[in-house]
Amino acid sequence: MSPLDVTQPAPATGAGAAAGHDAHGGHHASPTPIGFWIYLMSDCIIFGALFATYAVLGYNYAGGPGPKDLFEPGFVAVETALLLFSSITFGLGMLQADKGRLNGTLMWLVVTGLLGAGFIAMEIYEFRHLIHIGAGPDRSAFLSAFFVLVGTHGLHVTGGLIWLITLVIQLRMHGLIGANMRRLGTLSMFWHFLDLVWIGVFSFVYLVRLI
Amino acid sequence: MSDHTQHASHGTMGRLMIGFALAAILTIIPFALVMGEVEMERTTLIGIIMGLGAVQIIVHLVYFLHVSGDSEEGWTLGSTLLAIIILFIVLAGSLWVMHNMNVNMMPMPDMDQMLNLQSQQG
Repeated sequence: MSPLDVTQPAPATGAGAAAGHDAHGGHHASPTPIGFWIYLMSDCIIFGALFATYAVLGYNYAGGPGPKDLFEPGFVAVETALLLFSSITFGLGMLQADKGRLNGTLMWLVVTGLLGAGFIAMEIYEFRHLIHIGAGPDRSAFLSAFFVLVGTHGLHVTGGLIWLITLVIQLRMHGLIGANMRRLGTLSMFWHFLDLVWIGVFSFVYLVRLI
Repeated sequence: MSDHTQHASHGTMGRLMIGFALAAILTIIPFALVMGEVEMERTTLIGIIMGLGAVQIIVHLVYFLHVSGDSEEGWTLGSTLLAIIILFIVLAGSLWVMHNMNVNMMPMPDMDQMLNLQSQQG
């Protein structure tokens, strides 16, 4: 923690360079992971504000349908399972990448992408269904808050999918080079973080309101 | 590979599987409680679900995101704690302020009823 630690010589500079890092001095191979983590924490605060909005507005139905009329716990359970499994498959892909196995990494990334796409497909189906039965975001404050919170999470997952497809192409072109390892590490953080936010969504948005 | 940066950040198979097992258990319990329509006090049930959610968030942070005091010389943990403090202020503050406002508002005619009347007339 102390500034003195930074000036310590890196214990394995040669190995660090071999792993493809740009040596910016010290044993900080790259500032990207910590920078990206700080971005994720700021994203976390955006979600916190949306959760607070849902907490405040979530009981104002304006005579419209409430959570018990609209939410199906079985449906949410499948969505949750898809996202949790995709987190695990991404972790397995990272372990393959650490061992330098390109094909294994690509395979697990594709599985992760399919699980994520399944999640997004279910969410689009749910939103379409709700709007179709007249429970769209314009129906009540409760539904506005619901659509904004869950929709923001869905947009993040969609962004993650686009990133994942891009990374698969980059990996096929250049292999497990240092820059791609860094991108894999950052996307891994992003993907696990979205699963973490979903814990809040299924607990606080869906399950608690179904009791 | 440098042990310090690479392996510390991506974990091992064992840690991934422990995290998966814990996350699965912590997900299944709340869903089982709601879908099984367990007979329990409403507030207790809400407390259990929110508590299990909080524990699962910690499990994900430790086993999947590898947040620890060691990574990045403590800056990861530091920024996480700062985010948690801000989240607490935003969430608790919003609920507190809005609750106070609701309590101190002038009594209003029932909005649901008014809207129903409007839709009947329209």
